[in-house]
Amino acid sequence: MSDSRRSKQKSYPPTYKKVINVFMLSLTGIAALLVVSVLLFILGYLIWNGARSLNLNFFTKLPVPVGEQGGGMANAIVGSGKLLLLASMIGIPIGLLGGVYLAEFGKGPFSLAVRYTADLLNGVPSIVIGIFVYGLIVLPQHHFSTFAGGVALGIMMIPIALRSTDEFLRAVPNTLREGGLALGASKAQTVVTVIIPAAMQGIVTGIMLNLARVAGETAPLLFTAFGNQFWSSGWSGPTASLPVMIFNYAISPYEDWHRQAWAAGFVLLTGIFLTNIAARLLVSGGRARAGH
Amino acid sequence: MASAVTTPPPVMGEKDAPEKLSLIERLKKGDEIAYLVTFASALSIILVTCLLVQHLWVDSAVARHAFGWKFLGSSTWDPVNDQFGALPFIYGTVLTSMLALLMAVPVGFGAAIFLAELAPRKISNVLTFMIELLAAVPSVIYGLLGIFVMLPLLRDYVVPVLQKAFGFLPIFKGVFYGVSYFSASCVLAIMIVPFIVSISREVLLAVPQAQREAMMALGATKWDVTWKSVVPYAQRGMIGSIFLALARALGETMAVTMVIGNVPQIKAMLLAPGYTIAAVIANEFTEATGDLYVGALIELALVLFAVTMIINALARLLMLGMKSQETAH
Amino acid sequence: MSTTPSLFDLKKLHHARSARFGDPEPVDPTPTAQFTVADMNFFYGDFHALHDLNLQLPEMRVTGLIGPSGCGKSTFLRTLNRMYETIPRTRVTGSIRFGQSDLLEFSPTLLRRRVGMVFQKPSPFPKSIFDNIAYGLRVNNLCKSRDLKNKVEECLRRAALWDEVKDKLHESAFSLSGGQQQRLCIARALAVEPDVLLLDEPCSALDPIATAKIEDLIFDLRRSCTIIIVTHNMLQAARISDYVGFFLQGKLIEFDAARKMFQFPSNKLTEDYITGRFG
Repeated sequence: MSDSRRSKQKSYPPTYKKVINVFMLSLTGIAALLVVSVLLFILGYLIWNGARSLNLNFFTKLPVPVGEQGGGMANAIVGSGKLLLLASMIGIPIGLLGGVYLAEFGKGPFSLAVRYTADLLNGVPSIVIGIFVYGLIVLPQHHFSTFAGGVALGIMMIPIALRSTDEFLRAVPNTLREGGLALGASKAQTVVTVIIPAAMQGIVTGIMLNLARVAGETAPLLFTAFGNQFWSSGWSGPTASLPVMIFNYAISPYEDWHRQAWAAGFVLLTGIFLTNIAARLLVSGGRARAGH
Repeated sequence: MASAVTTPPPVMGEKDAPEKLSLIERLKKGDEIAYLVTFASALSIILVTCLLVQHLWVDSAVARHAFGWKFLGSSTWDPVNDQFGALPFIYGTVLTSMLALLMAVPVGFGAAIFLAELAPRKISNVLTFMIELLAAVPSVIYGLLGIFVMLPLLRDYVVPVLQKAFGFLPIFKGVFYGVSYFSASCVLAIMIVPFIVSISREVLLAVPQAQREAMMALGATKWDVTWKSVVPYAQRGMIGSIFLALARALGETMAVTMVIGNVPQIKAMLLAPGYTIAAVIANEFTEATGDLYVGALIELALVLFAVTMIINALARLLMLGMKSQETAH
Repeated sequence: MSTTPSLFDLKKLHHARSARFGDPEPVDPTPTAQFTVADMNFFYGDFHALHDLNLQLPEMRVTGLIGPSGCGKSTFLRTLNRMYETIPRTRVTGSIRFGQSDLLEFSPTLLRRRVGMVFQKPSPFPKSIFDNIAYGLRVNNLCKSRDLKNKVEECLRRAALWDEVKDKLHESAFSLSGGQQQRLCIARALAVEPDVLLLDEPCSALDPIATAKIEDLIFDLRRSCTIIIVTHNMLQAARISDYVGFFLQGKLIEFDAARKMFQFPSNKLTEDYITGRFG
């Protein structure tokens, strides 16, 4: 009697559903594994191929004609540094101050327009920005320049700096604003002496991530800073930069240049990854300190 | 209503005159200056963007007037004879982006589901960070790896297998030299996966627990709960991530130009070389002679700008819809 | 006066103050008015929050504002130092005079230096204890840098916090307990030497011991500073107030000396609220 009853009982959920369950969930796990392994592969390959091509010459010497040995990318490293410096001087103040406006002063349709425009600018392909700055600066000046390259990268930094500052400022509790005002501080004083310091950690990490992103941009530099085999002094001449060098060397037919492209890629990626990791550590360290 | 005060009326005493800040003090306090400076910064963003659009429009005028709307439909790209048509590039851009999406979306969604629903929180966070690092890899480095790693891989392993299995299809016919629509799509797919994963994961995590519990209480398997309850709730956000990834893919320049072959043609064969809008601008702009040539390239930039703007706007609308759906619940 | 039994024995309220602080000393029966409110109405957008308020808040006394949640007492408090101006779409009609002059004639920042405020949730700045107190002094240029240390110590002593923090002045303000943080906020408000101190339910987020310490502090301050305190705790109002105003649904129902209000309330609604029949 109990046997027949037992054999009539079905398991729930039905077996085929259980099979599908395990199968599909495994697929998702495989997908995740696939994506992560791509990262590990990229990193590993660059470390292996790039690090072994690195030598002191890379950091200290100028590029030499094909066939000669001992060339380096010193001018590209310095060039990238100059470009990022100029880009920061343009992009960070405008983005930061604009973010302060949106978070502290702005209301109504103008703020909406600013936010939407910033998103729009953020989505513009970097090569289009290059074309824009070409028409804006390179053409009237009749020459490529570090200045134009810096402006192009700076324009790319603005929307990210704006959004990040806006978000981090708005995350500061309103009680701090009221507290400052209630002590007789003006709105500007409260923002500068209380609110921005309170959001400073987030703003700094935002800047770091911004720089890391812009450091690898190649397309906007193609028609602005262009490139240079030699040192570029000042801001009004064309300059070499790491990403553009990587591009030019990679598509060349020369083995030695390929080697150098790998080295440069390794250096660039290491810088970017270290900045990203440092930014992440800063955020989680800060959270731990604030007692979250 | 009459006052309810019942204390005896107080005696009015002497008080100081109302204090006001002098002009200097007000300037020092800084409210007016702060407002002006920050407002100017915010305004400059709008100005820069308007300037950008204006430049694109004006500098492409020469080509727009010469070709009109036929520009978009013509497939001749002949700098020598001053004949320019955008079709090969539009074709290449759309083809590579769509193909990249086809490859990236299932993997991206799968990974996002795993990270949001299955993996324990700590592991999920670590893995997500690693995937976000992938998004930080510059395009030119993807191109570098594309040329020296992916192309040989495709040529020696993947494509022979594909041709054996699907060689009868026209899209897989032809000799494969490495650079092709297919290679570019593969590289693009890898580049856009992190965006799909990161956004979809966030959206999935935001689905209220009540949704899952309702289904679990009915005895559904974990996959059923995820696929039939959580994902539909998050679908707007996930589709939004597709649009955002698409917008990225359309504008990608360096990695694509390094592996696509840069040949302005229109071929159904995926294994043939091709060209995209961003790639042709990158390659030919500095060598373009003549106003019409330059104008045509800038008109291409205008097209690219318009298309990415529309797709980004659609993505934003979708995500906005997602937010209001959340608050409605 | 009603004869039905009630939740709060009016006598208990009446004696709450003497029970806590001992016999109250005789109070000058005719204080000067610090604030004179005439026909004041307040709107949040279209919502009419305060209706036709007419009252005078006495100088150098502790005035308690009581009433059920949402009755407008916090809103009223914020009109006294023009803090409502930070919220969009607010409107005030009628007049409020601070001393002899209309509130609107003052520059807001200077007004707020003279009319300080402490909020419900203790919110010290994310700075050191020292910098929190020094903030008001620095931002208003109120004292030379060499005097800063002394002034900070003086404020902390006034707030009965000095002994507890003197060894960790440069540690973060968040290292203090909730009650200590609130006393820090009071000390911070006192640093700029305001004429008036507005307290918006300062003890509602605190435990009874911290509450008692703050009540002691208010009691000590009462003759050096006008204090207006919003509280939902009737016994607290009875303990520390010289005068009490009862608000209900945006209207002022009754305003009187505390001893009279808690013994012989003139308005039935007041009596009902005090004895716990509603709210």
